[in-house]
Amino acid sequence: MMDGGDYCKYVSKTAPRTSELKTLLAAFCVGGVICMIGQGFTDLYTYLLPDAEESMLGALTSMTMIFIGALLTGFGIYDKIGSIAGAGSIVPITGFANSIASPAMEFRKEGIIFGLMAKMFVIAGPVIVTGVVSSVIVGIIYRIIAIV
Amino acid sequence: MRKGKHTYAPEEGIYIINTSSIAGPNEGRGRFSSYYDMVLEDYDWNCKTHEKTEIKMHKFAIEQVIEKSALGRSDVDCIVGGDLLNQLVASTFAAREFEIPCLGVYSACASFGEALAISSFLIGRGNMNNVVCCTGSHFGAVERQFRYPLELGTQPAPSSQYTVTAAGSALLSAKRKENVPIISACTVGKIVDYHICDANNMGAAMAPAAADTIITHLQDIGRGEDYYDYIFTGDLGKYGRETLYYLCKKQGYDLAGCLNDCGALIYNDEQKDMQGGSGAGCLAVVFASYIYKEMCAGNMKKVLLVPTGALLSKGSSLQGESIPGIAHAVALEMRE
Repeated sequence: MMDGGDYCKYVSKTAPRTSELKTLLAAFCVGGVICMIGQGFTDLYTYLLPDAEESMLGALTSMTMIFIGALLTGFGIYDKIGSIAGAGSIVPITGFANSIASPAMEFRKEGIIFGLMAKMFVIAGPVIVTGVVSSVIVGIIYRIIAIV
Repeated sequence: MRKGKHTYAPEEGIYIINTSSIAGPNEGRGRFSSYYDMVLEDYDWNCKTHEKTEIKMHKFAIEQVIEKSALGRSDVDCIVGGDLLNQLVASTFAAREFEIPCLGVYSACASFGEALAISSFLIGRGNMNNVVCCTGSHFGAVERQFRYPLELGTQPAPSSQYTVTAAGSALLSAKRKENVPIISACTVGKIVDYHICDANNMGAAMAPAAADTIITHLQDIGRGEDYYDYIFTGDLGKYGRETLYYLCKKQGYDLAGCLNDCGALIYNDEQKDMQGGSGAGCLAVVFASYIYKEMCAGNMKKVLLVPTGALLSKGSSLQGESIPGIAHAVALEMRE
């Protein structure tokens, strides 16, 4: 028989690979369309609420996109988009909504507390931890720069 | 009787007197659709969870095979069952309804082979008369245990496989029956680890174990690869089958004429399944439907079943362990 090292080399040489051009294109197009829809909502809210501040418009758009992401997850559509788009539908905020709504749905079967609530952040958890930790670090650096 | 290193040939005939198969909706549209005893319309089958659906599928397969064989539950000495869920909750929970002694087996997707081998040891030397083997898997239940929630928008890797929703059972008996296959030899496989760590390429992780078991089997019984009409591996998938072919060829065994893989065959070419199907129900349901019926019809005389399993848990992968493989071989023959 071959030894493990030779075999691993053989497998890494012959195993079926992701077609990069195809997946990059799909991710670019779908991700772009999601961002365009987001921009569309920002423009709509700017038109409807001419006196609102920019941060308010951004928050409204984020909320709308999160709602759409969670809704499409609930209807079983978002995973189908994801199977084609890959990172194109994971990276936008709708993907973040999908990563929280999908485990919530999946683990609802184990009950509200130990299922839905406990497992809701199994996928989004690392993103939230990274966000909080990095903002703390950046905050400390800002503070130090301000003192110096 | 022991043959060679790891092969055991039962002295008395062990007859596979009946089988039963149940397949999910996707599998029902696949290549063997007309062979299944029952095809589910959806993944739930009126159950609240996919685990409960899998239990119901096991129960159906066990109940049907006993009924088809015109036996009573009290005539069955043991149920040997397996599945992929933690603590074997599908196969053992299904068996709680039957009041029949039960053994749970686990060799991942090679569990059906382990069940057949253990059952033939139990029947050999007159210990037991009738034993039911049953293994299965459910896409939804396996996905949440080993991978991600179903609604999460992930992209399947091109080297990955799709877990089949299916269960297959077989009733093994010491009592002679005409025109059914008998188990002529079983080779218990070793755990073989070639340090593949990619959980999206199980075919590559399992192929060395399959090669080891097939070659050990052929050496033990002293026959060439052309002795069998067909060698069916469990769920190596299209890429894994090519890898197995390559590994055997390097050892001087050319399996081109006889090698098939149930995972690579179970879906149609039009179905989007990456490398094919996998799961403890894959070989079980293909054997219980297509292979068994074709053997009984006389279209296949000598078949070697080699179910293959990739041994991993979600935790073992995260802890940096590689994925060892296992394969058991069960030789089936139609005797004149």
